[in-house]
Amino acid sequence: MSKTDTTENSATPEDAAAGAALSTAPREESAEETAAGGPRLGVLGWIRWCWRQLTSMRVALILLFLLSLGAVPGSLIPQTSADELKVQDFKDAHPTLTPVYEKLQLFDVYSSAWFSAIYILLFVSLIGCIVPRTWQFVGQLRGRPPRAPKHLTRLPAYTTWRTGAGPEEVREAARELLKRRRFRAHADGDAVAAEKGYLREAGNLVFHIALIVMLVAFAWGQLFKSEGGKLIVEGDGFSNTLTQYDDFKSGSQFGVDELEPFSFTLDTFTGTYEKDGPQRGTPRTFEAAVTYTDGGERDRKAIIRVNEPLKVGDSKVYLIAHGYAPVVTVKDGRGKVVFKGAVPLLPIDNNITSTGAIKVMDGYRDKNGKKEQLGFTALFVPTFAGAGKGTMFSQFPALDFPVLALTGYHGDLRVNSGVPQNVYQLNTTKMTQFKLGTGTGVAQRLLPGETMALPGGAGSITFEKEIKEWASFQISQQPGNGLALAGAAAALAGLSGSLFIQRRRVWVRAVRGEDGVTVVEMAGLGRSDSAKLPEELADLAVTLTAQAPPAPEPADAEAEGAEK
Amino acid sequence: MILAAATNEGLAQMSNTLVYSSMAVYTLAFLAHIAEWVFGSRSKVGRTAAALTGKAGAAAAPAVSVQVKKAGGTTVLDRPKVVTRAAAGTREVPDGPGAAGGTVKGDLYGRIAISLTVLAFAVQASGVVTRALSVQRAPWGNMYEFSTTFSAVAVGVYLAFLLAGKNVRWIGLPLVTTVLLDLGMATTMLYTESDQLVPALDSYWLWIHVSTAIFCGAVLYLGAVATLLYLFRDSYENKLANGGEPGGFARSVLERLPAAATLDKFAYRINAAIFPLWTFTIIAGAIWAGDAWGRYWGWDAKEVWSFITWVGYAAYLHARATAGWKGRKAAYIALIAFACFLFNYYGVNIFVSSKHSYAGV
Ligand code: HEM
Repeated sequence: MSKTDTTENSATPEDAAAGAALSTAPREESAEETAAGGPRLGVLGWIRWCWRQLTSMRVALILLFLLSLGAVPGSLIPQTSADELKVQDFKDAHPTLTPVYEKLQLFDVYSSAWFSAIYILLFVSLIGCIVPRTWQFVGQLRGRPPRAPKHLTRLPAYTTWRTGAGPEEVREAARELLKRRRFRAHADGDAVAAEKGYLREAGNLVFHIALIVMLVAFAWGQLFKSEGGKLIVEGDGFSNTLTQYDDFKSGSQFGVDELEPFSFTLDTFTGTYEKDGPQRGTPRTFEAAVTYTDGGERDRKAIIRVNEPLKVGDSKVYLIAHGYAPVVTVKDGRGKVVFKGAVPLLPIDNNITSTGAIKVMDGYRDKNGKKEQLGFTALFVPTFAGAGKGTMFSQFPALDFPVLALTGYHGDLRVNSGVPQNVYQLNTTKMTQFKLGTGTGVAQRLLPGETMALPGGAGSITFEKEIKEWASFQISQQPGNGLALAGAAAALAGLSGSLFIQRRRVWVRAVRGEDGVTVVEMAGLGRSDSAKLPEELADLAVTLTAQAPPAPEPADAEAEGAEK
Repeated sequence: MILAAATNEGLAQMSNTLVYSSMAVYTLAFLAHIAEWVFGSRSKVGRTAAALTGKAGAAAAPAVSVQVKKAGGTTVLDRPKVVTRAAAGTREVPDGPGAAGGTVKGDLYGRIAISLTVLAFAVQASGVVTRALSVQRAPWGNMYEFSTTFSAVAVGVYLAFLLAGKNVRWIGLPLVTTVLLDLGMATTMLYTESDQLVPALDSYWLWIHVSTAIFCGAVLYLGAVATLLYLFRDSYENKLANGGEPGGFARSVLERLPAAATLDKFAYRINAAIFPLWTFTIIAGAIWAGDAWGRYWGWDAKEVWSFITWVGYAAYLHARATAGWKGRKAAYIALIAFACFLFNYYGVNIFVSSKHSYAGV
């Protein structure tokens, strides 16, 4: 720390010392030093050299570069963590690129070895930087501002005047003034040395430490988080146990017994949509009204909206998606109800054209009394369009003109075949479509209340007038959020301190001149780019003139000379 | 009900008219700026050249003027004058005279240009406000609305600097030019009818997160213009200092800009002042994402590019504290960081599929 940029033109070592340690940035080693210094020192020397390199500002800068560069591919290539389907599409479309990308972990950039290496190195560098800087700063706090350089005129801001007051008097007045302005000031020889703005350095350290806190919080969150999804039809409930989830993932350190004990019922889901204009169909409100209990006796009501999750203890319940669940009734040939319920269907477009499957697993017997399973593929539109055409689609997301199209199959649903089955798809490999006598398959568009008869007295299926809605929720528990937020707040506060506070030194020298009149010299030194410094110095000087009033100059020429 | 809808339509219509009108006025301001630069070029003073060849490096910086207190009585004494020195290693070059080049005619056109800019700003700002009133929400739901607000804020900040007596008139022409481009793009390619928000955007975080993001972008844009001009002016000064002969364009245009050191300082102050706000914007966005999507950080394209921009500006601030990286290299980093900001706005909104797809196009 022998020089800073503001004092490079200082001639004497004493002048250099005046500007020293205005920051605690690591000293940059010159090229020869790094080239010649390291290798000759043996293994230990090498390690020290590497460490010094790693914790230098230059390497920190390069690592920052690499970090931003490394983040780019993840935004352009589909990521497994965000959207597995898209990754699969990409893989199917690019068979040659895929193996290369997989090798480079480009589908998982942010958890890849190379990306981790960059940020781990950066944070090692950061810690290696912060620890010595903190000690250095503590040393500066315990020490005193450095003594006045010999040639105050060389400093970035300078002023001088002559006064009738005695030198001691002036120094004392200056010290008091500086103290009043919250400088740390002390008299040292013929001058007062003062410094202010230590919070800049403190803020900078807090900022960098807060970055580490945030990283720790993220890592903690990754290890202990849990996250699961659940689709619920209006009227149904959910209780927070592992078996109830449709899908569930958790961090490696998460224990199932840590799931918050609570349960809730979806009372109603309300979605409204823009009725006209060019944005017709754009969603306006999504609200899920729920009743929940959190272990206590009382039931409570809450509304979950897209931006307003329900918080229960450490868990949050988010509204993720919604759709329709038409209620259907299936009867067998003798008129016995074998299935009645709401069947959630998955939207495939913004107007909620939805598809799914209705599966009747047991209870059905065909007209001969033989046990069989039934399956229907369902296509549902809330607002029918496509009349007279082979396909139908929805032209509006609300239930203005609901139509359900069904195709019926019978046979074996193969739900117990051992292969995990998608509840929204029908496996028709062991099923046959119901056919009319003419050989055409049975498929029909139904309006609410209508019934499709299955041929040959096989029964019927009714599209009931009641159409329920479903909502899917994400229930997540993410410890470390509070810590991350605290880290972020500290980082922000530290950063503001670091960037908005100027650290500066002021010296006031008062000595008796040759003619017996006191000469006052004031000078200020800050980090570069401090525009306020001269103004502050002028203000201090003016205030000080109250106690050290300017005396007439011996000759005007000299006063002019001081300005040059 | 019908009445309310009609009023809204009326307001939306009015907003469009106001935005188009502001474009017309900006065009006039643009022409006035051109006139200012053209008439300013008629003065051939060669200030920078003189300063550099005359007393290179040795010039004492101007004294800080302090208001003189009238002391009644017999002894009237001067107040102490503060002498400043530039930091070591920087050229002591005075600022150029500005676009008007010290000519009366140029200055007149410059003043006309500023007056027109003020008028255009007022019209544009009313356009943004009526748009907001027509939908009863913050006017930041799609790219058309972002863009119109964005340039209004940039101009507003520029005018605020002018009002505060800062030396920023040199930014007028590049600013008005980009505002015209921005509004042109907004009204043609990005235009979206005035309408309600999709539920995901319907949150008070919209006010916090999006307003700070737009403000950051607008002000960082001013910083980027200053950085770019710094690079030109710096090579010009270098050439002069090394006894080179700059081209006619450089002599006419760059000579009138503020000194490289001034531009650099201006850019630094802007970038440094905005960096904490940009940090806040990202944190606020993360909190919002936590509420809306159940995770506060998911490496979505928008999040990634905000992060890249943030790291870019952090690198810039680091570079300025790293030996061998100050000056031009740091300036290049700042420009790259701003390019990342722009990509995040246009590139990610339009070309990359992201959860943040509110382009409305
Ligand atoms: C995790 C990545 C890092 C980020 C995001 C970051 C960010 C920042 C920012 C924004 C500043 C500007 C504040 C100011 O100018 O006062 C800064 C300053 C600084 N950083 Fe970092 N930093 C990081 C890592 C490091 C590392 C590894 C080191 C150690 C080599 C370091 C050392 C410094 C120093 C010494 C300053 C103060 C420079 C000055 O005195 O002006 N930083 N950092």
